[in-house]
Amino acid sequence: MHELGVVFHCIKEINQIALENKVKKIASVTIELGEVSTVIPDLFEDCWNWAVKKEDILHNAKIVIEKIKAITHCEQCGENYDTVINGKTCPKCGSLNTYLLTGNEIIIKQIEVKE
Amino acid sequence: MDNLRIIEVKRSVFEENDKDAERLRKELKERGIFLLNLMSSPGSGKTTTLIKTINLLKDKLNIAVMEADIDSDTDAKKILEGTGVQTIQIHTGGMCHLDADMTRQGIRSLDLEKVDLVILENVGNLVCPAEFDTGASKNCMILSVPEGDDKPLKYPLMFSICDLVLINKTDVAPYFDFDFDKCEQYIKMRNKNAKILSICAKTGEGIDEFAMWLKEQVDIQKGGK
Repeated sequence: MHELGVVFHCIKEINQIALENKVKKIASVTIELGEVSTVIPDLFEDCWNWAVKKEDILHNAKIVIEKIKAITHCEQCGENYDTVINGKTCPKCGSLNTYLLTGNEIIIKQIEVKE
Repeated sequence: MDNLRIIEVKRSVFEENDKDAERLRKELKERGIFLLNLMSSPGSGKTTTLIKTINLLKDKLNIAVMEADIDSDTDAKKILEGTGVQTIQIHTGGMCHLDADMTRQGIRSLDLEKVDLVILENVGNLVCPAEFDTGASKNCMILSVPEGDDKPLKYPLMFSICDLVLINKTDVAPYFDFDFDKCEQYIKMRNKNAKILSICAKTGEGIDEFAMWLKEQVDIQKGGK
């Protein structure tokens, strides 16, 4: 259900981009998803494939999903570490004083246009 | 054969919504209307808290409520029967959250003449509503004692975007292992600036403080600062 909402936002945004660029038909869209963006790639793809059946410019457009690795920075010791494995706790010094550097993105990277 | 061309976009999916939200926030500020986005999990006591709070405030402020749900109008009916203030029900059509555009549509269908405070009761959910900026002036969430003190760890984004966290159902605290100090510490870890209030919508404890906070926010919004 959450993925469907994000897909609807993507479609709205892409239709807007298509309008700006006078695009008639889109073959595929590449999305970058952060590992901890709360969007599950498989579910996103299912929702996408269902939703683009009802679209015009995006009719049956393919979706390509690229992963962005989640990296967290420790303010205590300066370490950058893998968020998915270690979460909020720095594996080097055990501090909880950490913040996410990358990994929560949902970005429309590029669209492939048929001409 | 069709030719294929690549258009580089590199645009966040939330960009359009964020712009809509900023526009709505500005419009509301200009009109001196304070919009509160109230979020929580289902069953945390949003509607009961609102009824108690609105009844404390409705002589001082002109209040309107927008109830957002996937289906039904039970909450809108409850608010209307419990307070008598202007209430509308928004159906999200299966979506798990409201976005800025839906919020604007809701606002437009209200009679805003003389309204000081609009409260949006968002869909009960700790994940999706946190990701979509509604254009509200401030965000508030309710965490109820039975849900557990670890929720700020499990739903960090929700706690990081809230200006005010209400900890509700304090009357049942003796029956649960809810550690208030720990909870506060977890919230502050996600959001140093979050204000935290303990309330009990059933007994009315802390509701006057929440009402006072709301009144202050309305005054600031009208103050033109």
